[in-house]
Amino acid sequence: MKITEQEVRRVAELANLALTEDEIVRMTQDMDGILTHIDKLSELDTSNVEPMSQVLYDAEETATLREDIERKPLGNADALANAPISGQGYFKVPLVIEK
Amino acid sequence: MSPTIDSIRTDLLARKRSAEEIAREALKFAEAENPKTNAYLTFAPERALAAARAVDQKIAAGEDPGALAGVPIAIKDVILTRGLRTTCASRMLETYIPPYDATAVIRIEQAGGVIIGKTNCDEFAMGSSNENSAFGPVRNPVALDRVPGGSSGGSAAVVAQGTAVLSLGSDTGGSIRQPASFCGVTGVTPTYGRVSRYGLTAFASSLDHIGPFSRTVRDSARLLQVMAGRDEMDATSAFAPVPDYVAALDGNIRGMKIGIPKEFFDGLASDTGDVIQAAIQTLQKLGCEIREIRLPHTPYAVGCYYIICTAEASSNLARYDGVRYTRRSAAAGSLQEMYRQTRDEGFGAECKRRIMLGTYVLSSGYYDAYYLKAQKVRALVARDYAEAFEQVDAIVGPVSPFPAFKLGEKVDDPAAMYLSDIYTVTGDLAGIPCMSVPGGKTPDGLPVGLQILANHFNETAMFRVADAFERAA
Repeated sequence: MKITEQEVRRVAELANLALTEDEIVRMTQDMDGILTHIDKLSELDTSNVEPMSQVLYDAEETATLREDIERKPLGNADALANAPISGQGYFKVPLVIEK
Repeated sequence: MSPTIDSIRTDLLARKRSAEEIAREALKFAEAENPKTNAYLTFAPERALAAARAVDQKIAAGEDPGALAGVPIAIKDVILTRGLRTTCASRMLETYIPPYDATAVIRIEQAGGVIIGKTNCDEFAMGSSNENSAFGPVRNPVALDRVPGGSSGGSAAVVAQGTAVLSLGSDTGGSIRQPASFCGVTGVTPTYGRVSRYGLTAFASSLDHIGPFSRTVRDSARLLQVMAGRDEMDATSAFAPVPDYVAALDGNIRGMKIGIPKEFFDGLASDTGDVIQAAIQTLQKLGCEIREIRLPHTPYAVGCYYIICTAEASSNLARYDGVRYTRRSAAAGSLQEMYRQTRDEGFGAECKRRIMLGTYVLSSGYYDAYYLKAQKVRALVARDYAEAFEQVDAIVGPVSPFPAFKLGEKVDDPAAMYLSDIYTVTGDLAGIPCMSVPGGKTPDGLPVGLQILANHFNETAMFRVADAFERAA
């Protein structure tokens, strides 16, 4: 096995997913199958290869910083329009700090 | 004859029909046909008619109505449309109304395009069969018991069904080309950065693209022309000038050097392989010089892709936490519970699987073994293509190892489903332009797409090969 149920539980916590016991069992099987395939990458010697974090192509140098010109922002009402709960111009969440 | 951008323009300018009439007919037909395929999630009659009337007014005033004048277009539901529900085919965003338009959408409407609705897809564009939609699968209009491919299954289906003339999809690992192949239409993944992703819901940011679907190569070229080019709102959009794609489509590809990658024929079903071999012979008859090439790192591409895309997805989908985007679990007591319950209720199984895998490969102690390793393998895949394009102008091969499969046939084995992306993920990893053009049919009558790939920003070469092939086929 590439991954245990115990590890899957830990990862679910990191990912903020509340998985049921059935989901944990199924997830462990699925992740194990995928990780087993992924193991194939270890056949390749990549010790002298630079990692590629973005698509690279030849291009002329360009200034990617725009002029510092004021622009109209989205606006408070639009930004909050999809919030499940908002009030007084803020997103509202359950109480975090007790008095 | 199915309508095209050119035929609609001709009708409009000859005053044979108004854009409003075309839009009304298109909406009526699309709504009537939709129960067969479930390809549309939302229709946009008000928006469509307003856009159509604007086109009619321009024509009446003697002004140029734009390159896409009056053309009914459908937009994949991961691309934001201001004031028009955009769900990403997820329970998480079932009621989400975007406060702004994607740049691609703005450019389409500025060119006179008429957006008639939003199309179904795999949830957050994660899948290869469109069976991961929270709002039910899409059926392939060519064979209703089969999948349309994914993740842009709805966008491929509407063009195949004739319920839109054009559509937009998004492609991260094959999500435009594979459904185009399964439904028998043309689908294009442009060079990474060619089309702004501003307003495209992020799945895997170093791999995500927006691209067109159409019935003809020429129409995809025209739609790309409208969308392509630098956008200040997307820092990854490219400055490279956009050539006139359609002007280059003269049907003459004599002397072009076409590479055939040996690795794209391993594991290929024979019915698909026969179509691709016949297509290669057609290109030879058109005067192309056919050369066998090697892309030796292809067998490692699926593993590499599923590390990178899940890692980026786990990060991009962290924002759906019950605070900003419509859904919050009613069961939430504490903040932590709110995050977990909301995500458990809002995400489907495939999204959870990818978030989990991505979180795992990025977690402490595994970064070097997985994510860093995958980035290095990605460099090798890209190098394969760079070396190949020193010898050839374009590369052709299959899109998918097999044609459209039956609904439910592959849902129980996610690893096997991932492996079927083998011929499409390499183009995304390298960031090169690639497309699927209808290549022929299997003995069972199922469409098979021919994939055409070219070097960065050489969409022109890709379109020339596709157009000449289309004329000959």
